[in-house]
Amino acid sequence: MLLKLEPRGETSRAMIYLTPLLAILLTLIMGAILFALLGHNPLEAMYAFFISPISNSYGLGELAVKATPLILCAIGLALGFRANVWNIGAEGQLTLGAICGGGLALWFYDSESVFLLPAMALAGALGGLAWAAIPAFLKLRFNANEILTSLMLTYVATLLLSLLVHGPYRDPDGFNFPESRLFADSALLPVMVEGTRLHLGAAVAVFVVLVAWLVVSRSFIGFQIKVIGLTPAAAGYAGFRHHSLVWLTLLTGGALAGLAGLFEVAGPIGQITPVISPGYGFTAIIVAFVGRLHPIGILGAGLLIALSYLGGETVQIEMGLPQAVTGVFQGMLLFFLLACDVLIRYRVRWSIGASQEARGTAS
Amino acid sequence: MIQGVFKTLGATVGAAALGFAVTLGAASAEPTKVGFVYVGPIGDHGWTYRHDKGRLAIEEAFGDKVETSFVESVPEGADAERVIRKLASSGHDLIFTTSFGYMNPTVKVAKQFPNVKFEHATGYKRTKNVGTYAARFYEGRTIAGILAGRMTKSNVIGYIGSFPIPEVVRGINAFTLALRKVNPEAEVKVVWVNSWYDPGKEGDAAKALIDQGADVILQHTDSPAPLQVAQERGVFAVGQASDMTHFGPKAHLTSIVDIWDGYYIAKTKAVMEGTWSSEDTWGGLNAGMLSMATYNEAIPAEVVAEAEAARVAIEDGSLHPFQGPIMDQDGKEVVAADAVVEDGVLLSMDWYVQGVQGKLPK
Repeated sequence: MLLKLEPRGETSRAMIYLTPLLAILLTLIMGAILFALLGHNPLEAMYAFFISPISNSYGLGELAVKATPLILCAIGLALGFRANVWNIGAEGQLTLGAICGGGLALWFYDSESVFLLPAMALAGALGGLAWAAIPAFLKLRFNANEILTSLMLTYVATLLLSLLVHGPYRDPDGFNFPESRLFADSALLPVMVEGTRLHLGAAVAVFVVLVAWLVVSRSFIGFQIKVIGLTPAAAGYAGFRHHSLVWLTLLTGGALAGLAGLFEVAGPIGQITPVISPGYGFTAIIVAFVGRLHPIGILGAGLLIALSYLGGETVQIEMGLPQAVTGVFQGMLLFFLLACDVLIRYRVRWSIGASQEARGTAS
Repeated sequence: MIQGVFKTLGATVGAAALGFAVTLGAASAEPTKVGFVYVGPIGDHGWTYRHDKGRLAIEEAFGDKVETSFVESVPEGADAERVIRKLASSGHDLIFTTSFGYMNPTVKVAKQFPNVKFEHATGYKRTKNVGTYAARFYEGRTIAGILAGRMTKSNVIGYIGSFPIPEVVRGINAFTLALRKVNPEAEVKVVWVNSWYDPGKEGDAAKALIDQGADVILQHTDSPAPLQVAQERGVFAVGQASDMTHFGPKAHLTSIVDIWDGYYIAKTKAVMEGTWSSEDTWGGLNAGMLSMATYNEAIPAEVVAEAEAARVAIEDGSLHPFQGPIMDQDGKEVVAADAVVEDGVLLSMDWYVQGVQGKLPK
């Protein structure tokens, strides 16, 4: 008996939606085997990893807090990826958002104005947007590869942040330690549920997901992005303006990443520190692809990846497992997702004793 | 010797537990839970590795009367608060947060859990249930300075810094003062790598410094890369946080080793006995919070004797690493001949002493 892969002829719509679920299922099974091999009760371990972190309102809030920057960045990146614009620098754009929006909080430290927070959000988005404008300009003017320029600007952004927290942003009463003052209450995002850290930014992220969904599926811009991504030549014949779309997708991605950065400093961190993000801008690339570049998919993928971080912490505390468990789970998920993608274009057939006939039709 | 300490401690705790057992009965059966938050992976060297040794020392000292747990590689950002809170809400009685960036999250969580005791390493914010602790690592830099001053031939010392924070600047200054006391010709070149742990950058920095003539490499970063480069290039180096001999036996002059064991055992004991209070501890060589690893055999006996004499003098208080007169980079006297630098000034140090090249980034 042989396992055979047979081309489907056309992509399976059902499989596009089913393979992520299949990948999750396979990850769970392999995870259980892994835990068993490590000498732990697999059910107990799976409970500690996936259920226990979100078994109370605080945990659910934390899930949303962790997923918010991932989702915001991934939505912006996905718009670009759909149009073959490869922005790898969301991390840098996020950092600029924190620098610009957070800078406003420090500049108007004594302000109690209700306009401070909206102004910070605007400054954060503009900061990220400006940072993304550089690779957009370089790409269109000099045909510089945006993968390289956006990635390299991430390092510049991190150093800029470092320069600022060691200098002008430094807390005047902080013994020269590289941290800003704690933001005043007027510069902090309101918490939506008492006793959790669930901040307004999470609601904004959900709103952004819905808007992106409308844009992608219903608007003419969404259609143009899709066409340009699939067949640039056809888009050219149709008269779609390639330049405008590159600007649009990069600037939108930058603005959303900038907003994510501002939400981090004005939300759970509450000050500007030398490290704002543990790589959200890069993890968001994974989130975007696990979510099939679809806004709703990204929402789910963001929550799932966020849960894998929380679960990793819980199994460390409760079962004494190493932190590497988090990475192993994320790796398995990606691996199975990519592996399962084969089912979209191929179907699996069991053939008994490799018959000549079957070979004939396949070739 | 450490074994001896454990035995005595074990005996005292045993006696104390017996006393408790009589008065409290079943209540004493509940083990004390101690949690740790680590900034890096445990690994086999460096900052987090040494903190984990301290955790293991607690387990060894108290056996089944304690339960310890840890979370490693916790980023110093939004995640820290969740991890600390998770430890606090899962029945831990004492929580050590072992990196500067955990300061504000620790204070925030501590407010919500008034019955849990918190100990934050290297910070300055204390509350009723948050104590702080750090070690006077600069005392070790003084000894390293003596060794480097005697061993260098080029009179150029390379110093790899992580971030220009007071802790690191203090180390550079203590080192340079001791260096130039035994060798007034020697100068220190500093390279900042903007990371606590980045083998690539640290190795490159070491190469660049050696190319500029440095024949002793100091590091205030965590990876063994500088030592490995020094070994390859045939120069000396001083290790950081744990004994780094095996990474470059020929190059390794000595290491400044962090020792948290005694402190962690004492604080755990205080929590068990209900005597814990929020304090600031800044212990040095005499408190046993740091020590020097084995000296390289290539160091002449009289130099070892000189270094050991300095160690004993620092321990008994007759030598202060920041004894005046101290000049700043412009040659201006900032500390008078009969004065020493106060702790408050040491804690916020943001200027270089004479003999350090380049400008301190601000």
